[in-house]
Amino acid sequence: MALKDITLGQYFPGNSPVHRLDPRTKLICVVLYIVALFLAAWFVTYAVMLAVLAGSIYLSKVPVKSVFRGLKPVLFIVVFTAVLNLFYTPGDTVLAQFWVFTITLEGVWRAFFMVVRIMMLISGTFLLTYTTSPILLTDGLESLLGPLKMVRVPVHELAMMMSIALRFIPTLIEETDKIMSAQRARGADFESGNLIQRAKALLPLLVPLFISAFRRADELATAMECRCYHGGEGRTRLRQLKYKAADYVALFLFLAITVGVGVLGHFGL
Amino acid sequence: MQPIIETKQLTHTYSAGTPFEHTALDSVDFCAYPGEYLGIIGHTGSGKSTLIQHLNALLRPTSGTVLFQDTDIWSDPKITKKTRFQVGLVFQYPEYQLFEETVYKDISFGPKNMGLDEKEIDRRVRSAAYFVGLRDDHLEKSPFELSGGQKRRVAIAGVIAMEPKVLILDEPTAGLDPEGVESILGNIREYHQAHNATVILVSHSMEEVARSVDRLVAVNDGKIPFQGPPREVFRHGDELEQMGLGVPQLTRVFHRLRAMGVDIDPSVYTLDQAKEAILAKLGREVG
Repeated sequence: MALKDITLGQYFPGNSPVHRLDPRTKLICVVLYIVALFLAAWFVTYAVMLAVLAGSIYLSKVPVKSVFRGLKPVLFIVVFTAVLNLFYTPGDTVLAQFWVFTITLEGVWRAFFMVVRIMMLISGTFLLTYTTSPILLTDGLESLLGPLKMVRVPVHELAMMMSIALRFIPTLIEETDKIMSAQRARGADFESGNLIQRAKALLPLLVPLFISAFRRADELATAMECRCYHGGEGRTRLRQLKYKAADYVALFLFLAITVGVGVLGHFGL
Repeated sequence: MQPIIETKQLTHTYSAGTPFEHTALDSVDFCAYPGEYLGIIGHTGSGKSTLIQHLNALLRPTSGTVLFQDTDIWSDPKITKKTRFQVGLVFQYPEYQLFEETVYKDISFGPKNMGLDEKEIDRRVRSAAYFVGLRDDHLEKSPFELSGGQKRRVAIAGVIAMEPKVLILDEPTAGLDPEGVESILGNIREYHQAHNATVILVSHSMEEVARSVDRLVAVNDGKIPFQGPPREVFRHGDELEQMGLGVPQLTRVFHRLRAMGVDIDPSVYTLDQAKEAILAKLGREVG
């Protein structure tokens, strides 16, 4: 598999209603969605959340397959949590018992809902990165965290660091791919051997990769200085973020859902 | 003559099944003969880099086969590995792959991976360094102390040291000054003659390729529209220009003359050929 094929959380360019929302709206909605997920308690509330997720995916026009593919890497964590919850939930209705393990009916339900919750949590957040370009995402974060500047948190610098890091992930992946191919062409073997041999085999990859990362950082710093970059003070933006009608609708909907789910969840529904 | 390396109906699709799906090569039949000096031309994104990475088994075909000396290079993992040594590939900007403490160690990386003994490795490193014009005192230096052009030479030596039967170079002169270009092209020609190896030179510069190669293969949009001796390929001046490739300046002048109504052979690309063509034309008019 080529490294390039890793599309985990990668932005899917598009022009759906979800793509067009302001990144701040999407960030707030995701936070509300996560809060609601943790307030959900039983089938009714989970069904509401599932409907919200399904509706958002439908509106975003992101292929459902890609959303589910994002779940693969976290499968281990999901299974691990499920097993823990299954065995360690105390309850009255004992279903099975062996050695030190007890499975209760409450445990089964809890494990089930925990799995559903984690999967919905991840699908939901992936939908955010699938529909928002990294640049917009950091812009939104910077704007949302803006008030923290009052307490001297370097919000702009953090956002800039984040967007540079995000910007260079594909570049570094491509670079890694290229150096790997070049060393493979000279007979380097990255796939076989024991742990120590493999670690040693990485040296011809890591040394050039680090050198090139430093070189790029240096060049970028020079280029930014040449264009008189001096931090966030007094800097204007090319893309002004503006809330539109759709944003207010989305925010209202998500707020209503969160409150609704919170109330229903309180009554154990 | 039997080709030394050959592709049959080679197709390669990147990121299949995602929105980024892209077919870089589409049923390509390509071949190179023993001892041939072959040029591959194509603009950025034409699929030429994808093609050459198939020739030494770095990329696996989506469909189709790659044959090296009549054996499918993917038929057995051992053959795949051996192919990488017999078909040496020098990437674009190869100086970014250097990693060892000394030039000597870096050049010996390939031969070492081949499992050769010390003596043979030493011989190969020294002969490869000689071919690319590195002096003995360069060998004990760190590759990172050298100039850009010298780093490139070290990287090329690293591949030449494996003494491949087929040597492929992807834009070996990119970013070098004219003098560096000349001397690297000269080194490559020397290797070609001394080892009677097949050399495949990949470039987007017609001028550079036209001067050295016996045969030209043009790649465009994942296909091979033209191939043959440079003169034949340059007959398709207009089509080449549409592909964003262009022909050597001399050829362009002659194409223009023809368009102006002068009856002259437009496929020339060296000064000697131009002289001949003009003399032939004048001779015809006088006679």
